[in-house]
Amino acid sequence: MPKPAEPAVKKPVGEQPENPAQLILDGAVASNQWNLLPLGGEAQITADSLAPGKVILPLSLWLELREQLHDRREEIGVWLDSDETADLLGDDAKALPLIAAHFPAFTDGRGFTLGRLLRERYGYTGELRAVGNFIRDQLTYLTRCGFNAFAYQGDEPLENLLGSMRDFNDSYQAAVDQPLPIFRRRALD
Amino acid sequence: MYRYDEQDHALVRQRVAQFRGQTERYLAGELKEEEFLPLRLQNGLYVQRLAPMLRIAVPYGLMNSAQLRRLAHITRKYDKGYAHFTTRQNVQLNWPNLEDVPDILAELAEVEMHAVQTSGNCIRNTTTDQFAGVARDELVDPRPYCELIRQWSTFHPEFAFLPRKFKIAVCGANEDRAAIRAHDIGLQIVKNAQGETGFQVFVGGGLGRTPILGAAIRDFLPETDLLSYLEAIVRVYNQLGRRDNKFKARIKILVKAMGSEAFARHVEAEWEQIKDGADQLTPEAITWAKRFFPEPAYKSFTDGHGDAVLRDQAGEDKAFARWLERNTFPHRVNGYQSVTLSTKPTGIPPGDVTDRQLEAIAELADKYSFGEVRVTHEQNVVLADVEQEQLFALWQEARKHGFATPNIGTLTDMICCPGGDYCSLANAKSIPVAEAIQRKFDDLDYLYDLGDLDLNISGCMNACGHHHIGHIGILGVDKKGEEFYQIQLGGNSTKKASLGKVLGPSFSRDEMPETIEKILDVFVENRQPEEFFIDTYNRIGLQPFKERVYAKAS
Ligand code: HEM
Ligand code: SF4
Repeated sequence: MPKPAEPAVKKPVGEQPENPAQLILDGAVASNQWNLLPLGGEAQITADSLAPGKVILPLSLWLELREQLHDRREEIGVWLDSDETADLLGDDAKALPLIAAHFPAFTDGRGFTLGRLLRERYGYTGELRAVGNFIRDQLTYLTRCGFNAFAYQGDEPLENLLGSMRDFNDSYQAAVDQPLPIFRRRALD
Repeated sequence: MYRYDEQDHALVRQRVAQFRGQTERYLAGELKEEEFLPLRLQNGLYVQRLAPMLRIAVPYGLMNSAQLRRLAHITRKYDKGYAHFTTRQNVQLNWPNLEDVPDILAELAEVEMHAVQTSGNCIRNTTTDQFAGVARDELVDPRPYCELIRQWSTFHPEFAFLPRKFKIAVCGANEDRAAIRAHDIGLQIVKNAQGETGFQVFVGGGLGRTPILGAAIRDFLPETDLLSYLEAIVRVYNQLGRRDNKFKARIKILVKAMGSEAFARHVEAEWEQIKDGADQLTPEAITWAKRFFPEPAYKSFTDGHGDAVLRDQAGEDKAFARWLERNTFPHRVNGYQSVTLSTKPTGIPPGDVTDRQLEAIAELADKYSFGEVRVTHEQNVVLADVEQEQLFALWQEARKHGFATPNIGTLTDMICCPGGDYCSLANAKSIPVAEAIQRKFDDLDYLYDLGDLDLNISGCMNACGHHHIGHIGILGVDKKGEEFYQIQLGGNSTKKASLGKVLGPSFSRDEMPETIEKILDVFVENRQPEEFFIDTYNRIGLQPFKERVYAKAS
């Protein structure tokens, strides 16, 4: 249900995603090149005052500044909070190099749908990053929903997590990693 | 029944390995309690009052004798030698050790069983009519669709962390024996004018704190669109369902808040985007799924064959006649009948069976019913395909094992949750209330005279015992630390689904059997010939019951 993107209403600032120095990117440990701006300070930030370098803006700020930041397109990413749906970005998603989805609690599963919709409906091909409080045991499902980057905030060393990305080598239903559900892949006679 | 292929086996084995790793990390202190919680719940593991509780999935209630024998073995080796059939057609163990659960799951996997998604905020085991495939009033066998839903929902990556648990029930018959309107999604199989198979779709039903009956959001969904439509519904719910308050997180609250028309519009808009995608069921897939539920090798009998023999046997043996009347169900194939084994003799918690009984059921299934059984949502077990000529022999054996209590559908065939005896959420015990009522109403003639009557008991408002949809519902409540019981009347889980109304102030446990008696007296005095309790209630309403029950002693 694509709708025109409209500025999100200002909302109370809840738990914010952190921006760890290292993350998992495409199945390997990598250093984090991006600076994620938390919610809250938007009023002070203008296109001119925005620090140089790669930066991930909250959706509301990005909606406000996107025209002015046109020349910096390659270094501007967006993060969506868990109550922000994929249609708020809509077809704009395609042009972004990085989109992050915030998991305020690992039990909040809205980001899974967000990931699939960005990939499958809005043609997003850039880095899709999970930020916030997801857990290692969700890496398989996150991967299946199209995430390829994980800014993990827990205590475990990232190397320990890599094995959990493929807890299953097959799946029953279609998702981003597997376009065909099992009933279309089985030899059915 | 459905048989695993290599892919199913591999997936379930990988799940066992995954959970073994998670359990080890938890026991080693590497996985926090609150992180382990949803992981263990999605593997059926609760932590309960006395011990962990493990809920084992029985997809749409169907099991074979090898699986029953393995369950028997598991209850002996890892538990206290008994198991419990639930209202969601699953099996629960009440005393496993946390450390043993990965081994139990590994043993289950060998016989094509698991505990995947039997709890937690995900899509749970799909349930259906226990007489699926054999009932005379059936339009289409729902089991192939249930299996396709099982596959679609199992390890669904997008829907493993929903706002709340999510339950789907499917009914393929005219009469609703699956309580579909008490589910998050209820699917009624229908045929359109062209004779094509499809589904009427209900959403937003559920019991618990805020009981609501599902609303129809679509009258005909072509069968090929089953999975894409389910995906659309759950996707809308995952995005819009409330997460700020767990009591308001069920889809029923969302549907109620939006209105079912608005909710339906969202679903249709979402579905429009995906309906022609890969989730659309191919005719091959439907045919393939149907192939797992073939007609068993029925003998061919002529119409009326067996009836004469049964009449004679029943004429000679009153006890057999009673059992035949209450515990068997007509079959669509000549010369066959379905049998319900009652787990409700007086004094045994409804749904409880011992390891020996599980093995006895397996033997009966092998001998009399092509090696398969079904768990019913009333917590009994069905042998679906018994030759009429074998009923007498089966009855005698069932009696030896304590399964032939001829009370199916009567007052003493009650649904009852584990309540305060096992469940840490309970406000009151429920098993002793069930037992006290069974003891008081032990006269079979009286029970039969009352006719079909659903009595459902829950130990708290979570409503595991379906008290809202019992003709008589009993709910355990807590009053200043003391156990009391509230009575509701007029609930109904059939096509004419309704939710019970509270009769009035609650009662102590001692008062319960007598109060039930007063209610039954009002029914008996007011009923028209052959009328069932629910019909009398619908005719005369709550008031006469209220007056009698709360009458001041004069
Ligand atoms: C001792 C273990 C049990 C625990 C801890 C437990 C826990 C719960 C909880 C928390 C709910 C509330 C969910 C909600 O509606 O929001 C619930 C509902 C339910 N449980 Fe249980 N339960 C237990 C045993 C059982 C048993 C033995 C049965 C079957 C006999 C059962 C069947 C159900 C059903 C049918 C619901 C209905 C909810 C609905 O449709 O809205 N549970 N249970
Ligand atoms: S209804 Fe309440 S007491 Fe009964 S099993 Fe469910 S949660 Fe426990």
